[in-house]
Amino acid sequence: MTESSRSLVSVKNVDKVFKRGSEEIHVLGGLDLDIPEGEFLALMGPSGSGKSTLLNLIGGLDRPSQGSVEVGGERIDQLSNRRLAAWRARHVGLVFQFYNLMPVLTAQKNVELPLLLTHLSRAERKKRAAIALDIVGLSNRNNHYPRTLSGGEQQRVGIARSIVTDPTLLLCDEPTGDLDRKSGDEILDLLQALNREQGKTIVMVTHDIHAAARATRTLYLNKGRLTTEPEE
Amino acid sequence: MAGMFNWISQIVSVTLFNLRTLPQRIGSSTTAIFGIAGVVAVMVGVLSIAQGILRTMENSSSSENVVVLRSGATSEMMSGLSGDDVRFISEGPGLLRQDDEVMASPELFVIINLPIRSTGTDANVPMRGVTRVAGDVHKGFQVVDGRMFEWGLNEVIVGVGALREFAGLEIGSTITVAREEWPVVGIFEASGGIAETEIWVDASVLQPAYRRGNSYQAVYGRLKSPDAFQEFKDALTSDPRLNVKPMREADYHSSQSTVLYNLITGLGTLIAAIMGFGAIFGALNTMYTAVSSRTREIATLRALGFQASPVVISVLSESLLLALLGGAIGASLAWLVFDGFRAATLNFSSFSQVAFAFDVSPALLVRGIVFALIIGLIGGLFPAIRAARQPVSAALREL
Repeated sequence: MTESSRSLVSVKNVDKVFKRGSEEIHVLGGLDLDIPEGEFLALMGPSGSGKSTLLNLIGGLDRPSQGSVEVGGERIDQLSNRRLAAWRARHVGLVFQFYNLMPVLTAQKNVELPLLLTHLSRAERKKRAAIALDIVGLSNRNNHYPRTLSGGEQQRVGIARSIVTDPTLLLCDEPTGDLDRKSGDEILDLLQALNREQGKTIVMVTHDIHAAARATRTLYLNKGRLTTEPEE
Repeated sequence: MAGMFNWISQIVSVTLFNLRTLPQRIGSSTTAIFGIAGVVAVMVGVLSIAQGILRTMENSSSSENVVVLRSGATSEMMSGLSGDDVRFISEGPGLLRQDDEVMASPELFVIINLPIRSTGTDANVPMRGVTRVAGDVHKGFQVVDGRMFEWGLNEVIVGVGALREFAGLEIGSTITVAREEWPVVGIFEASGGIAETEIWVDASVLQPAYRRGNSYQAVYGRLKSPDAFQEFKDALTSDPRLNVKPMREADYHSSQSTVLYNLITGLGTLIAAIMGFGAIFGALNTMYTAVSSRTREIATLRALGFQASPVVISVLSESLLLALLGGAIGASLAWLVFDGFRAATLNFSSFSQVAFAFDVSPALLVRGIVFALIIGLIGGLFPAIRAARQPVSAALREL
C-alpha cells in the first residue's frame, strides 16, 4: 500500500484564488496535504492564512482553482454541484464556530436535519438523533430550542448533528472559538472521544494552542503554505 | 425514483422549515401581504364594475328574443321605424303568438333629464314608449309596486334601478317631460336587466308628446324558439319593403355594453398593472430581506447537503404563500365591500344611464388571486435565485 492510498484525504498541488473585482487574491498556492484515516489534525495559522479555505476544499464546500482534492478515494473537485451536495451529506460532518443551528427547530430536530436527506423512516431518524444527542451528553435537552441552551450545549447539538449520519470525516471550523474555556474543554473532550473511540477522522481549524494540543498532529498554515512549525 | 423521492422530501422539509421561520419576519411579510391585498382589492373592485354591467346586459336578454332596428343603426337612439315597417316586421315568421297577439313590441326610445339622487346633477335617463305586449316580450317584467299605467294616459311606471338612482321617481310624484306632467303610478322589475333603469310609458302617448307621428325606433320580438331566429332574420332581410337589421337580443345588448365594458376593463387592468408593478417591488424587497436574513441558515442547509433547487422552491413557496394570503384578503375585501354595490353610469352606446350592481363573481375572485400569485412569483423568483447562487463557503461566514 502506498502512503497516498492509506490517506483518507489527499490534497495535491492545490491553488485557490479568489477574485475581488479585478484583483486576484492567492490564498493557497501549490498546497499538498495527506490526512490518514483516524487522525485528529489541528490546522493553525493567522487570520486570513487560508485555514478555513482549506477546510472548505476538503469538505467540498468550495473548489480549488487548480489541483486535486481526493477524499476516501473520490476526486471531489470533479463532482457536479448536485453530486457534491449528496457526497457531503453522506461523508462529511460539519461543526461551525457559531453552531449554525436552526433557531426554529428543537435540538432533536436540528440533529435530525441531515437525516432528511436519507431514506430513513421518521421513527429511525428520531432514534438516530436521540443516540447522537446521547453521545454528546444532551439526551435530556432534546426538546429544547437553541436559544434556551448555553453556547457549550449548542455546540454539542452541532456536534450531534455532524455525527448523526455517521460520517468518516468531521470538519470543525473553530469549534471552541465562541466558547469559554470550560465549555471549550468539554467540546474538545468530546471531539477527542469521537476520534479515539469511534475512529472519526477530524480536521479542526483553531487559533487556540490549547485546542490544538488535543489533536494528534498540528499543521500551520501561513501565506498559503503548510508547515509543521509555526513561523516566527 | 428514489432520487426523485429524496428531492421532493428535501423540498417539503426545507419549505416547511422555512415557513416556520416566517413569524421572525412578520413585519416585512405583513407589509407585502397588505400591499398585494390592496392591489387585488382595487383590481377586483374595478373589474366588478365591468362585470356588473355585463351581468345587467345578460340579465336583459332572453334567448328567444330579437331586436329589430333600422339597417345601419347601432342603437335604438339612431334607429327609426315607420308604422308600416312595424307591421311588416310583426308579420315575420317564427314570432310567438299568444292569445292571437303577435309577440312583437314596437317601442319608442327617448332620453329625458333627471337629477341623480346622490349628487343632484342631471343625467340622461332612458324613457321607453311601449305597447301592450311589451310586458310579455321583455324578460322578467313585472310591476312590483303601485300599478301598471293606464293605456292612453300620461302615466309612467319606473324601473327599480331608476327609482334607486334618480330623484323624484317615487310613486305619487310627477315628472315633467315634453312640457307635460307625467305621474308615476308604479315600479317594475325586469330580471335585473337594463330595462330597470328605464321609465316606461304608453308609446301612443309618447309619440305625440315628442311629435314622432306613428314612428318607432325598435321592435322587440319573442320567437317561438331560439332556433327560429335564422328564418326570421332571412325573411326580414330579404323583404324588399324593409330595410332593417334583426339581431338576437343578447347580441344587441352585448354590442351596447362593449364600449363601456372594454373601457372599464381596460382601465381596471391598467390600474391593476401599475399597482401590481409597485407590489412586485414590495414583494421583491420582502423576499430579498427574507433571503438576506436567512443567508446563514440557507448556507448551512446547503453545507449539510441540501440541493439548491429545494432552497429556490422554498423561497418561492414563501413568496407565493404571502401572495396567496394577500390575494385572498384583497379578494375577500373586494367581495365584502363591492359585491352588490349599486351604481349607475353613462352607457356611451345608448348615451343614457345604466344602473347596475358591482358583480364580484367567483371567476373575478380567482382572477384576483391568480394576479396576486403572479406578483408573488415574480417577487420571489429573483431572491430565490440569489439564495441558491450564494456561494456556500462565503455565506457560512456571514453573521
